[in-house]
Amino acid sequence: MKQNRFVITVISIILGLIVGAIVLSIAGYNPRVAYGVMLRGVFSNPKYISWTIIRSTPLILTGISVAFAFKTGLFNIGAEGQFIIGSLVATLVGYFFHLPPIIHPIVAILAGCFAGAIWGGIAGLLKSKFGINEVITTIMLNWTALYFSNFVVFWEPFKRLNRDASERILDTASIQILGQWKTSEAGKAFLKSNSFLRDLLNPPVNFGFIIAILVAILIWHILKNTTLGYQLRAVGYNRDAAEYGGININRNIILSMAIAGAISGLAGATQVLGVSKETAILATMEGYGFDGIAVSLIAASNPLGCIPAALLFGGLKYGGSKLQPTIGAPIEVINITIGVIILFVAMPKLIELIISMKGRKRGVKIEDSK
Amino acid sequence: MKILSDLGVIIGITLMYSAPLMYTSLGGVLSENAGVVNIGLEGMMTIGAFAGATVAYFTQNPWLGFLAAGLAGGFLALLHAIACVTFTADHVVSGIAINFIGPGLSIFLTKIFFDGAAMTLPLDLNHKIPRPLNRFFSSISISNPILKKIFNFLNSIFNQYATVYIAFLLVLAVWFLLYKTKIGLRIRSVGEHPRAAETLGVNVYKIKYLAVILSGVLAGFGGAAMSIAVISNYRAALISGQGFIALAAMIFGKWRPQGAMWGCLLFGAAQGLVVHLGGTDLEISSQLLAMLPYIITLVILMGFVGEARGPAANGVPYEKN
Amino acid sequence: MNNIDFDIKVIEMRNITKKFGDFVANDNIDLIVHKGEIHALLGENGAGKTTLMNVLYGLYEPTSGEIFINGKKVEVTNPNVAIKNGIGMVHQHFMLVDNFTVVENIILGMETTNKFGIIDINKATKEVEELSKKYGLYVDPNAKIEDISVGMQQRVEILKALYRGADILILDEPTAVLTPQEIEEIIQIMKNLTEQGKTIIIITHKLKEIKQSADYCTIIRRGKKIDTVRVDNVTEEELASMMVGREISFKVDKKDPEIGEVILEIDNLMLKDNRGLNTVKGLSLKLHKGEILGIAGVDGNGQSELVEGLTGLRNIENGKVLLEGRDITNLSPKEIMESGMSHIPEDRQRRGLVLDFTVAENMILENYHKGPFSKKGRLNHKNISKFAVELIDKFDVRPRNDKQMAGALSGGNQQKVILAREITNDPEVLLAVQPTRGLDVGAIEYVHRYLVDQRDRGKAVLLVSFELEEIMNLSDRIAVIYDGKIVDIVDGKNADERTIGYLMAGGGARDEAK
Repeated sequence: MKQNRFVITVISIILGLIVGAIVLSIAGYNPRVAYGVMLRGVFSNPKYISWTIIRSTPLILTGISVAFAFKTGLFNIGAEGQFIIGSLVATLVGYFFHLPPIIHPIVAILAGCFAGAIWGGIAGLLKSKFGINEVITTIMLNWTALYFSNFVVFWEPFKRLNRDASERILDTASIQILGQWKTSEAGKAFLKSNSFLRDLLNPPVNFGFIIAILVAILIWHILKNTTLGYQLRAVGYNRDAAEYGGININRNIILSMAIAGAISGLAGATQVLGVSKETAILATMEGYGFDGIAVSLIAASNPLGCIPAALLFGGLKYGGSKLQPTIGAPIEVINITIGVIILFVAMPKLIELIISMKGRKRGVKIEDSK
Repeated sequence: MKILSDLGVIIGITLMYSAPLMYTSLGGVLSENAGVVNIGLEGMMTIGAFAGATVAYFTQNPWLGFLAAGLAGGFLALLHAIACVTFTADHVVSGIAINFIGPGLSIFLTKIFFDGAAMTLPLDLNHKIPRPLNRFFSSISISNPILKKIFNFLNSIFNQYATVYIAFLLVLAVWFLLYKTKIGLRIRSVGEHPRAAETLGVNVYKIKYLAVILSGVLAGFGGAAMSIAVISNYRAALISGQGFIALAAMIFGKWRPQGAMWGCLLFGAAQGLVVHLGGTDLEISSQLLAMLPYIITLVILMGFVGEARGPAANGVPYEKN
Repeated sequence: MNNIDFDIKVIEMRNITKKFGDFVANDNIDLIVHKGEIHALLGENGAGKTTLMNVLYGLYEPTSGEIFINGKKVEVTNPNVAIKNGIGMVHQHFMLVDNFTVVENIILGMETTNKFGIIDINKATKEVEELSKKYGLYVDPNAKIEDISVGMQQRVEILKALYRGADILILDEPTAVLTPQEIEEIIQIMKNLTEQGKTIIIITHKLKEIKQSADYCTIIRRGKKIDTVRVDNVTEEELASMMVGREISFKVDKKDPEIGEVILEIDNLMLKDNRGLNTVKGLSLKLHKGEILGIAGVDGNGQSELVEGLTGLRNIENGKVLLEGRDITNLSPKEIMESGMSHIPEDRQRRGLVLDFTVAENMILENYHKGPFSKKGRLNHKNISKFAVELIDKFDVRPRNDKQMAGALSGGNQQKVILAREITNDPEVLLAVQPTRGLDVGAIEYVHRYLVDQRDRGKAVLLVSFELEEIMNLSDRIAVIYDGKIVDIVDGKNADERTIGYLMAGGGARDEAK
């Protein structure tokens, strides 16, 4: 069954790429050239690989956030808002607090997690106390988060002059790898002679990726091996049975949303501390949370699966960004492709049908997946 | 008298902002009464906004644009129906997919048709959806100052784009369809108890397809009501969340067309208030004001929705034996 | 019998086989039904009766075989074909849209409309009223289904079929949710219908009703047809042994009870249902150690709410529950469990099991947070598995695999998992609600034995069941519930079905002055 699920995901990805190719060729672009550009755009230089990983890191985390809530039967469309609040609070702590290195990012990250947890927890609370569908509340909270973040960034002591963004975090709060060293004389001298490392470290490489992998393992462990995970899964699979078994449903719904929120908040914090260093004024959603939903769906809500799914997603997005400058093809083909992948992932019955039809053509009897 | 004119402006803005939501929300009502959760309304609305603006621009005919918007929304809805009805996909997941495909396709095509620009070229004012009562109001001249104020008041309320009036007519039409006709009875029955409908020979799949496609058509109209009436082109962030808000309005309205209408009006009113307050010299941050509609929606949901229940089989994939 | 026209075979099913994957639900079954006949299909749960009728009604397509209706071969590919050929079906679980009115339910799919597709509700109402008068099936056309009694819902179902011009009515377990008096009524209705030229096929596993109503009976066992017999020529015992394939005794062997002191005291309990209506209205009851107390009653008289109230799943509005003298009113389900109450829930798939959990995970549903299954919040998979394997062996759960998903087990084995879990808790009070619903005879005997065993060990069992026979066979005392109150308590030994039936229908309830 599990393997079957994996096969379905792989086939969905292939089908998504095929549909993407069709869309490109209808629009008059050679899909082979386009995919070539994308592949080279990801793999042809260590710098690009670094960028892909940097782009994927927040998606791993928001993906896990959505996947985790999903295990409790909740649909966390609010990863976006939790991400925004997490980055905002991390920026505030990163700028206003004066703390020694190492301590500073830890405090900023914890603060970001906490803020995200509250944002997620609100949706959990509204669900358990008032029975309002979390899909609706999290959507409202996303927009509330966006405008609230803008409001705070506009606050005079925080806003950078003549910029549509906040002040930058202090260097002590950064989680970039060798960030200081890179710009030091010794670092510059060293990197001059080592082009591979220079390229690799040229982008804002940071500890976020490692944090994300650790979180994936931690969440996987919690779900599988702890009583907390047992409770959450019981609530997710069958709320009535969980209640009957003495599990406190409301508490678990709030807890699940708070933890999911914390993970998305963490995603926002690592993005600020590792990459952007600031919170910008947003005209609209940046999509980290929505992309996280896609990642989680492609990963079949498995926290570990979110790592490759996010790398795929990040790779497509980063590689896709090379399309416009080179061959002029709109990058939105990536969103279409991802949408199609999700659509296929949602239809295992169709994929099974395709597999069995192919099997029949070759005269091979496909074993029933059951 | 300032109050009167302010009130007129607020009501006018409310109606204008509510109309796109109303189309989309009615779409949600149809789809979900047939038991298909339609979170993809956002994507359907977006592609409607794009198709409406593009076709209206090239044909210089807003009504062709409006129809094209319905077709485009209906096409995306067809994908949703195939996934949810024929292949028993999780409705929410399929909806999320639609929300990637719809906006993605919209901007992709915009860039193709408009030389790489991320927005369609604006329509001439006289190629937008017309305001049927505009001429009525502009033809009358009044000298009495009080009458004039009242006249201005009426003007700001009723001098609306035709799409606003159509939206209200559609509320009536959807209500009539759902509660007075054979198709409506069948739509509601497959949303409540598809098995029962099937045992009576109702073609459950066909009804669901019909309702979902219609919902996409309506959402497409909703998008066009934004792009070729409220403003005059389509751009990336034009539809950002309205589809979801329409969904919230539908829940607020307990899955009924007239209820959904009130939900949309409420949200439109919050929006209208924000636009109005933004224009005054009130010392409130525009960002805080912008949060208001969402918070109001949340608070209202808290107060009202608790016991609301959607169609019994809503969101449950139905499988024939 | 004198309504039957033996010259007309209204239904003839030949060599019907229906497979679901590898499972053969119907194996080469023949069935002949004559005009004007009441024909019973007898078999255990899961024997394939309903499947056969779903084939006839076009809900399932047969794997092979032919169907003749009035001598003409028909491919019944969907219910529309069946309806067109005069077949109507009343399903065991009523196929009614709860928030539709009676008329709307009846006309659905065959709406009375004008040429614009607009429903003419007045005309439809009139048609329904006429039909209801003609066949003596009283209904309130404008009432919503959720507001009418089960008996009326059943009449609506029959009207639905007649409205479509059905000449052949299939009734699936029509008496399952009725009181003995309502059962007599429905039998009378069936006889009336045959007098008017209708033919009736009734699916049931209740022998007595077959003897009372049917002319012919076809017995199905494990998907195969055993025989078709004239009901007059066989005894209930003979029918029963054909049904299960061996001699069975209906009586549960049990020694006299040793009734001890009061363990559970329910005092003036009041509860509301999901719609906020008062459902349990001042119910009082005392349960003793060492007895099985049966609660007899028709579904919907407050049983579910009572059980949920006792187990902490529903808020108690008023009144008190004492367990061993300790007040457990409105404690959490967990606290109530820990004070010594266990619960075999009415709906094992909704409440009793997490179907997407393994058998092992289900076995610890109430104790996952305790040793040896977990320590400091960490699950001990090894101990969990060991415990589950022990119970699987002891309670003979099949297949013997603790990693199997609970959803993949048969109904009987699912019930065994619940039983194993609940009895291993060693509860002072065991609440068993419909513990044998949908199980086959073997599994029923098994469950009954465990309930009796529990009582013989000096524990108390509160049995709630809508099957009067089960209540009568197992209970040491029988409390009859009607309209949210206990109307009488009778001794299990001396109870007779008529009296209890009378009480269940509200016969003994005193109208309280308003």
